[in-house]
Amino acid sequence: MSAFNAIGEERDIDRNEFTPGIEPQPTWCPGCGDFGVLKALKQALPEVGLTPEEVLTVTGIGCSGKLNSYLDTYGFHTIHGRSLPVARAAKLANDGLEVIAAGGDGDGYGIGGNHFMHTARENHDMTYIVFNNEVFGLTKGQTSPTSPKGHKSKTTPHGNAKSPIRPLSLALTSGATYIARTAAVNPNQAKEIIKEAIEHDGFAHIDFLTQCPTWNKDARQYVPYIDVQESDDYDFDVTNRQEAQEMMFETENQLYEGTVLTGRYFVDERPSYQEQKKELGEMPEEPLAERYFDEDAEWERSYDLLERHK
Amino acid sequence: MSNHELIWRIAGGSGDGIDSTSQNFAKALMRSGLDVFTHRHYPSRIRGGHTYVEIRAAGHEVQSRGDGYNCLLALGDSFARNPQEEAYYGNEEIKPLSENLDDLREGGLIVYDSGLLSEEDVAELDLEERAAENDWHVFPIDLRSMAKEHGREVMRNTAGVGVTAALLEMDLEHIEDLMEDAMPEKILEPNLTILHEAYDMVTEEYAFEHDLRIPEGNHDEAQALLSGSNAIAYGAIDAGCRFIAGYPMTPWTDVFTIMSQNLPDMGGISEQVEDEIAAAALAVGASHAGVKAMSGSSGGGFALMSEPLGLAEMTETPIVLLESMRAGPSTGMPTKPEQGDLEFTLYTSQGDSARVVFAPGNIEEAYEQTRLAFHVAYEYQIPTIIMYDQKLSGENTNVPVSFLDREPAPSLGSVVTEADLEDMPHDETGKFHRFQHDVDNNVSPRSLPGQKGGRYLATGNEHTPSGHISEDADNRVAQMERRVEKLEDIRAELDEEHDSNQTYVGDELADFGIITWGSSQGAVFEAVERLNDDGHAVKAVSVSDMMPFPEAEMTEFLESVDQAMVVEMNATAQFRGLIQKELGRYGEKLTSLLKYNGNPFEPAEIVEGYELNSDGSDADPSAQVRIEPAAGD
Ligand SMILES: Cc1ncc(C[n+]2csc(CCOP(=O)(O)OP(=O)(O)O)c2C)c(N)n1
Ligand code: SF4
Ligand SMILES: [Mg+2]
Repeated sequence: MSAFNAIGEERDIDRNEFTPGIEPQPTWCPGCGDFGVLKALKQALPEVGLTPEEVLTVTGIGCSGKLNSYLDTYGFHTIHGRSLPVARAAKLANDGLEVIAAGGDGDGYGIGGNHFMHTARENHDMTYIVFNNEVFGLTKGQTSPTSPKGHKSKTTPHGNAKSPIRPLSLALTSGATYIARTAAVNPNQAKEIIKEAIEHDGFAHIDFLTQCPTWNKDARQYVPYIDVQESDDYDFDVTNRQEAQEMMFETENQLYEGTVLTGRYFVDERPSYQEQKKELGEMPEEPLAERYFDEDAEWERSYDLLERHK
Repeated sequence: MSNHELIWRIAGGSGDGIDSTSQNFAKALMRSGLDVFTHRHYPSRIRGGHTYVEIRAAGHEVQSRGDGYNCLLALGDSFARNPQEEAYYGNEEIKPLSENLDDLREGGLIVYDSGLLSEEDVAELDLEERAAENDWHVFPIDLRSMAKEHGREVMRNTAGVGVTAALLEMDLEHIEDLMEDAMPEKILEPNLTILHEAYDMVTEEYAFEHDLRIPEGNHDEAQALLSGSNAIAYGAIDAGCRFIAGYPMTPWTDVFTIMSQNLPDMGGISEQVEDEIAAAALAVGASHAGVKAMSGSSGGGFALMSEPLGLAEMTETPIVLLESMRAGPSTGMPTKPEQGDLEFTLYTSQGDSARVVFAPGNIEEAYEQTRLAFHVAYEYQIPTIIMYDQKLSGENTNVPVSFLDREPAPSLGSVVTEADLEDMPHDETGKFHRFQHDVDNNVSPRSLPGQKGGRYLATGNEHTPSGHISEDADNRVAQMERRVEKLEDIRAELDEEHDSNQTYVGDELADFGIITWGSSQGAVFEAVERLNDDGHAVKAVSVSDMMPFPEAEMTEFLESVDQAMVVEMNATAQFRGLIQKELGRYGEKLTSLLKYNGNPFEPAEIVEGYELNSDGSDADPSAQVRIEPAAGD
């Protein structure tokens, strides 16, 4: 008997189940790309058979971090840069949950960059959506780790001397096993990619281009975009690390030259962290959280460890 | 109390097996019926560098390392660097002998390995002269050759144990048993031979002119030798903690290691992660999902936990954190004890803090208060911190095994079940009111992700009952008051439903009080006993409740004395400051005795501090301690 009956529940799921009935309505600026992520998620979740109470969305701080205020799931809006460690521990504690982490480019590639690298390396079974608007939105438009070289903002009045981070390449070298880029202006592709990421067993990273019309006026709205899988100009194998690497490099370069490339870049079947930990005997087969509700559970005690101290 | 005690010091280089040799020797003494207490002194270095372990053993209770010591086994430092004239580290080879002479008591024994320590170096120490002055009995013995002859050079520790056992007329039975338990056949045989060889040689060839012998004692029941880190880890295990996340840092690493070695076999999970920010955030995430979780670190790593700690406070996520202090600031002295992180631990993280902090004073308290920490954290949905230090972490003492014969307490505290949720308040869209305003004990029961009917948003922003971000003034005041007022409810529960976490000793009617906290307890209590034996009326309290502060108990104590000396290991009298802040008075009664040279207090230093204080003398103390006069002086 489970103490968490929302998990794995089989029932019809309404298309609007993830939409809050009344307040709060999103407070994002008109035209903000963040709406696109929300919409794609609301569509994707029921389509993969998930119900609101078996999903945990864990967000960072930023405009993007408000995502779970407007999406009906269990939510944890954490602190700036720390969504991943909170999310992956929740998954370890109860691996029946569908865990989705999300945050901004500053949140995920800047202040939380170390967690990004390590969560990818460990290949935790979860989805991570980075709202990449190439600026710090919530703090009013400062230069971010993905802002283009030369980008002017109040903190870089003469232009940004730094080259932008390469999010897809970073995910690949770190060890992520599903890597994609999509854009808010392409809701169908976004929805499909989110579905694939959720269904992927391992760390799925989506670099989600979200235009910020308020602070990034001169930036493109990420149109027109090209789907690298659909375009005849590109041909590579997403399961081939070398080819994926080259395609990512090209995609990252092109973005700053005005061509928006999107699509799936890398898919790998490496076992997830949870699977590996279980195999080594470092994690219980049954969700740990269930045990606290099991009245027949036998709890080991330190008294039985005393032989070595006598 | 009989004064008869052995304080055996084994000295050598880091990496020379001092730890395991002393651990077994302490167990042998314990098995022979003695109470034991160990103290470990070591540098922040893996190989070489002067290190020692002291084992104090007596037929009566021992609560501290004692004053000085009376039996030295100086093994030589096999990783010593080439001695050079004026070298910054000095001549390292001779240190196991030279560094340990000042603390050796009159009438003490010295055994040193003449196979490793050169005659020239020893000659420079004026050992003969000093021995004559202090009635020391010196035994230069070539332990190294003895070890080499029957086994390998590294077995010289065993030879040294054999020699000291012979000199103390100590039975070898327990030592042999322990060696048999610990050693594989191949090395057991030569070690046993060396042990006996050394023992017999000394017994036969030396005339004993010294008085020191092994004390006698006996225990009513089997004992277990536990360190403070064992006690904390075992308290956590018995409280049902099955998740730990951490990043190594001395001295916290000890608990992290013990937990990591045991949790997987207990169906739990241990995670070594990228940094301490992640470690604390993982504990929050695991607890949020319904597991009893902990993390911890030492000063610098704990500093990185500030923001996740605040997140736990704001989202009312129960977690237990350890703050295993070492001498600061910054990297400080990594292997040395200090109690300098009190203010930092009480207040770190932005906003008004709402956390519970316990500072156990000994090994039994470490176990009890860790269990209590989980109870309070999970019942009241609040982070609870156990503060301790390098001293308590590494010291070993014996406790009766029945002390740990307890029922586990795995309850998740104030969580709801799916059945409970059906009748609980929700908003129109089905969100559970996980943060209700008016609730018993200010605790609003929490649901867990995956439960039917429990959906809500946890957020570090201020929030409404169902978790929506809100800056509404009335809601803010209600939520803020509920969070901070929990501390009053916790205080009430601690006062009314539990034995006090404060420990009292001495003459109840005394006008002079000593106040201490955390691991300085043992030395203070021994000093008080000594003072009372010598006809001074003194009492002491050792405080563990740092937050919420035990206001009633401390007021009563301070009302009952004319003067109180606060003993703590830091330079700025942080606990004295806390008392004054919490009670708002008594500044004129409180003086301080402070020590911050990297070594814990010895009882004699506290006795002297008392004498100088009670005389009103402004003479300087002889030890490296400082007296801070009362406010207004
Ligand atoms: C530790 C910390 N540092 C700084 C901030 C202030 N801050 C809030 S959001 C943010 C950056 C937001 O940028 P991004 O992560 O890209 O999210 P966006 O708003 O663009 O979605 C910053 C610097 C904070 N909340 N916490
Ligand atoms: S500031 Fe930019 S990112 Fe933030 S809500 Fe407005 S448009 Fe969106
Ligand atoms: Mg951004």
